[in-house]
Amino acid sequence: MKKILIAMAGLAGVVAATSANAGTLEDVRDRGHLNCVVNTGLTGFASPDDAGNWTGFDVEFCRAVAAAVLGDASKVEFVTATGKTRFTKLAAGEGEILSRNTTWTFSRDVDLAQTFIGVNYYDGQAFMVPAALGVSSASELDGASVCIQTGTTTELNLAEYFSSNGMSYEPVPIETNAEARESYLAGRCDVYTTDGSGLAATRATFDAPDAHVILPEIVSKEPLGPVVREGDDNWADIVSWTLKAMMAGEELGITSANAAQLGAQVNDNPEINRLLGVDPLQGAEQAGLSSDWALNILSQVGNYAESFERNLTPLGLSRGMNALARDGGLHYIPPIK
Amino acid sequence: MDFLARIWRHEESRAVVIQILVILAVFGSFGWLISNLVTNFAALNKNFGFDFLSQPAGYDINQTLVEYTNRSSHLRAAFVGLLNTFLVAVFGIILATIMGVILGIIRLSNNWLARNVTYWYIEFTRNVPILLHILLWHGIIINTLPRPKNAYNFGDISFLTNRGFYVPEPIAETGIAAVYLAVVAAIVFAVFFKRHAKKLQAETGRQLPVFGVNLAVLIAVPALAFVVSGSPVSFEYPVLKGFNFKGGMHLLPEFVALTFALAIYTAAFIAENVRAGILAIHKGQREAAEALGLRPGRVMSLVILPQARRVIIPPLTSQYLNLTKNSSLAIAIGYMDLVATLGGITLNQTGREIETMLLVMGMYLIISLSISMAMNWYNSSVKLVDR
Ligand SMILES: N[C@@H](CCC(=O)N[C@@H](CS)C(=O)NCC(=O)O)C(=O)O
Repeated sequence: MKKILIAMAGLAGVVAATSANAGTLEDVRDRGHLNCVVNTGLTGFASPDDAGNWTGFDVEFCRAVAAAVLGDASKVEFVTATGKTRFTKLAAGEGEILSRNTTWTFSRDVDLAQTFIGVNYYDGQAFMVPAALGVSSASELDGASVCIQTGTTTELNLAEYFSSNGMSYEPVPIETNAEARESYLAGRCDVYTTDGSGLAATRATFDAPDAHVILPEIVSKEPLGPVVREGDDNWADIVSWTLKAMMAGEELGITSANAAQLGAQVNDNPEINRLLGVDPLQGAEQAGLSSDWALNILSQVGNYAESFERNLTPLGLSRGMNALARDGGLHYIPPIK
Repeated sequence: MDFLARIWRHEESRAVVIQILVILAVFGSFGWLISNLVTNFAALNKNFGFDFLSQPAGYDINQTLVEYTNRSSHLRAAFVGLLNTFLVAVFGIILATIMGVILGIIRLSNNWLARNVTYWYIEFTRNVPILLHILLWHGIIINTLPRPKNAYNFGDISFLTNRGFYVPEPIAETGIAAVYLAVVAAIVFAVFFKRHAKKLQAETGRQLPVFGVNLAVLIAVPALAFVVSGSPVSFEYPVLKGFNFKGGMHLLPEFVALTFALAIYTAAFIAENVRAGILAIHKGQREAAEALGLRPGRVMSLVILPQARRVIIPPLTSQYLNLTKNSSLAIAIGYMDLVATLGGITLNQTGREIETMLLVMGMYLIISLSISMAMNWYNSSVKLVDR
């Protein structure tokens, strides 16, 4: 019933809200804070700490947007969503950004009418099993019970992977990562499958992380990134360039430690000058951004590498595909000019 | 102005005016909601339609009462979910009714201990939210029962694990028709024998051992047919293969937990209805029955309960409806009911919130209305007939 109520509330939102598409930036400024839709709790990506403050990679992205548009990274309120409720919540206007390990797919982009503004983490679906099972490859999983989070891309990948390899399995559908963790540890399922990063994050919260192995097979492409509602191009641009600014920060060597200093002087590198507002950046004003938008992001939140190292490195995740293109990864940043 | 004031002062015309205003307001708000929906759909670039139902669902379901693969359509997946909802509702209602009636009767017994234990049981159960019951039972099953490798073994043919209960599956072979026939014949006999005995008792006062004879016939005749036709049933036994048991019948822990939780919770309410129903029968009825020399069990089953039924059935109907609707909490433990399939994964894969929710609501409405109709029919069949 509860879930129905949530869905109904979402529906009511869609039904009752008058078109709230244009003018997202003004709405946020008028309100004084940004609403951001995040996970119900996934260590490293979005989870409340002991004091109730949200922390994590996805959370810091929301803070970066708040820094860019409000000048204050702390002016964010977090709205939680399960895999199933996230798009409804975004569509119903409960948040201006969905920052929740969301895979960019054709149908979500086109059919669900969302706007994906880029990729902040290149991932793929993997399998985790207790080491005691002695399984070393996903091809040995015939007949296993597999825990999956419903409302994600993972359930379709799973069905495809097992049928294309001629294997059978028992799907054990679960609502949130916390419940999946519990069922997996209780042995309701032999395998937990989701994004590799999600597995690493979940494993990090186990009492004995070493007793579980993540199998080498990566069975899908999961480019994860922030999402906004379709229809407000200016807002999409702002969110998109917030991500690029964080990555550019890494590329240009701007960190939370030196951003303020670099922003107060004329630097040799003209791109640094444009990014930090030392020299004018053509278009920022039309977009409704102040000249120190990126300076605020980088001084208050930090660059992409800092956020990654703060949140994801402790989970045992390496940069790999998520390094900058110049370092052999996939993140290639368009020029800031 | 004057004219309007006069209409307003006149009681009847005022009533009409108010009714018109209310109707206008209701339709107006509906119209507003719908026009909003249309604009918002347009703004979100969405269109309304049910085409998605024929597309392949793409996901697997762990309990399917009918043929289903991940290549089946979303409509088929919804049907699988609907049947799963039905299954839980039917078993839940049967269990809850049996438990509720027994508890309700014990609640009024003369035995101090029995009375008080049921009292506390009912109070505790009723006052804990149903979601917690469901999570509790599921938690108990998956955390306390052993994993398949260490399954509780019942004679090598049935196994109890935290992935469910595995029992042999009977498989019909040629010749089974004779057994079916024998069962039907035995039932027909039992019905007629009971009628005959009733008539005999009414006319002569002689009592026949209906229960004993019918039980014997119902068991012996099919058993005989079974032997004569050469045991036309074979069994498929569950065996541990790799990660899980294969073969046999499999009761999922999610199904067991949900059915149990719903039954136990609802039984507490039914018990109170039953108690109220029994207390509503004048004590003179009991005394008169006892004065006739009826034993306590017969007083209950022949005199009290048949009359109490009239009081019990209307609230019982709403308990059945509650149970059925509460079964939508299945999603909390991952039981694949209508809400989890059509209103869950399908909704999410296709993004058709409005369409899927309308369908889910429509189906619940149909189920609820069917239960109401059946119960109303039963209610009117036991109603006092004015003579
Ligand atoms: N990337 C996939 C899966 C995303 C997903 O739901 N991940 C899970 C497991 S890593 C999660 O974040 N769960 C946290 C929660 O339950 O709130 C998608 O977009 O569908």
